[in-house]
Amino acid sequence: MDLEAQFERAVEAEQRVEPRDWMPDGYRRTLVRQIAQHAHSEIIGMQPEGNWISRAPSLRRKAILLAKVQDEAGHGLYLYAATETLGADRDDLTGMLISGRQKYSSIFNYPTLSYADVGVIGWLVDGAAICNQVPLCRTSYGPYARAMIRICKEESFHQRQGYELLMTMMSGTDAQRAMVQESVDRWWWPSLMMFGPPDAESSNTEQSMKWRIKRNTNDELRQKFVDMSVPQAQKLGVTLPDPELKWNAERGHHDFGQPDWEEFWQVVGGNGPTNAQRVAHRRKAHEDGEWVRAAAAAHASRRVAREGVA
Amino acid sequence: MSFDNAYESLIDHEDAHWAFGTGFTEALAGVDRDVPDVDRADLAAYCLMLGDDALVLSHRLAEWCSRAPELEEDVALANIALDLLGQARLLLTRAGEVEGEGRDEDALAFLRDERDFRNVHLAEIECGPFAGGDFATTVARLLVFSSWKIAQYSRLRGSADPVLAAVAAKGLKELAYHRDHAAQWVVRLGDGTDESHERMRAGIERVWPFLDELYAPHPVETRLAGVAVDPAELRSEVDGVLDAVLSAAGLTRPADVPAARVNGRAGRDGVHTESFGYLLAEMQHLHRSLPGAKW
Repeated sequence: MDLEAQFERAVEAEQRVEPRDWMPDGYRRTLVRQIAQHAHSEIIGMQPEGNWISRAPSLRRKAILLAKVQDEAGHGLYLYAATETLGADRDDLTGMLISGRQKYSSIFNYPTLSYADVGVIGWLVDGAAICNQVPLCRTSYGPYARAMIRICKEESFHQRQGYELLMTMMSGTDAQRAMVQESVDRWWWPSLMMFGPPDAESSNTEQSMKWRIKRNTNDELRQKFVDMSVPQAQKLGVTLPDPELKWNAERGHHDFGQPDWEEFWQVVGGNGPTNAQRVAHRRKAHEDGEWVRAAAAAHASRRVAREGVA
Repeated sequence: MSFDNAYESLIDHEDAHWAFGTGFTEALAGVDRDVPDVDRADLAAYCLMLGDDALVLSHRLAEWCSRAPELEEDVALANIALDLLGQARLLLTRAGEVEGEGRDEDALAFLRDERDFRNVHLAEIECGPFAGGDFATTVARLLVFSSWKIAQYSRLRGSADPVLAAVAAKGLKELAYHRDHAAQWVVRLGDGTDESHERMRAGIERVWPFLDELYAPHPVETRLAGVAVDPAELRSEVDGVLDAVLSAAGLTRPADVPAARVNGRAGRDGVHTESFGYLLAEMQHLHRSLPGAKW
């Protein structure tokens, strides 16, 4: 039996693929692309929330937000490490990100315009990310699956923190309640877009499902997210901005409207509200840090030469 | 670890996996909160001095978040900022408690004006990532600040105020890591390339004029003998640490040319640098915009 047939049989039997195992080039490429995009998303995702650290309205909220953004940097680190087990290089991947050759989650191309956005990102955006990511804890590639277990735990904690902020704000003043509703109105549709285009238009789904890199279709996950969010919105006391949203007893799921897919493709295509700003910010941090990384490398090699320590 | 753990964690409700903690009331659990027999206004002012040092430097360090030279450094600087924020919260809470006028940590952080902040200038000056410095300036400031704080807190452990003593004992462990982190970078950059050496030299020069203020006793500190630490005592210990690090980094100690005061006054008297008003405007804006809000 040839290697490829053996590989496919192992994956079909839900066996984990490890870094030293033989794997098809396409599988390796798809994984590097997907994990790198996920890593980039964590790193770019530091910006919209980081935008509010200096203005956090209480010291407790400042600590929570700073710790959350720090966790995102940590997630980026684990994921870049997972790509390195596939032979990729973090510097190359960073180069792809800051030159616009690799993408990151489009949700981070929307601006954060009020402190309620910090809570709504936790509740809806992290909630959508969890729906997308929990199945990846069982993805076929071992290092990715293991990184995802840790990430999902922290993401679920972030989601609860975000929801708790919104509950607190809803119990505050009228101005705070209005702030939460306005934020939900802005983030609901972009959150639904996080599951990707409808299955009929998704180019990567079929092969990725076969390789067990992906385990559910975009539309399945989107439905799960809507069903999960509706009771949470009710408990919170906000209205989700979709007139078509209603329970369908026959299906046992909520019916809901479609996001503006034209806007989705515009944002994916680079023309979102903050695409250029996010990439420029990352590029500037990377370029401004070049001399520091060069100095650290020079010092390390000089130390090895001088003291024989690695 | 089972693959189903992530699903389980969606429904579990324990907060143990929160990376660096957000609570603080437990930090001093069991510590006696009696107020020693000293002037309460003086003690509250002293708590503000220490609390403002930590709060303001935490704010400055957090400005690096998403702007650091390496992802590892984004994590490290955020971690240090979080430690200092934790210290600030304990100290401001104590200040409010001693003052006895019902002000909590947030009232003190967000509703005081510039003139009522009592941090040293070293904590507030701009040292990067924005104008006013770069990563070398940031680690230069962090080295000086944490070396000074270690000298101060190690004496404060014996304070007659049990809360200050407990904050100092807890903070010392954190500060030791901050100083180690900063010292390693000063050495790396001092020794690294010509460019990094030059930037490290400039960074040290930038912060050096602010050292003198760290050792100048304020009348509040003088009156609180037994509770407060006399800053004049700290100079030789801090000098020793700085000299050792600078020498390992191949850098020369700059001449001591202290920044001039304004009519004899500086940070501890509520007279700050120009950039500080902007820091407070940004930090306090949202809290002040929504009076009566719950966060």
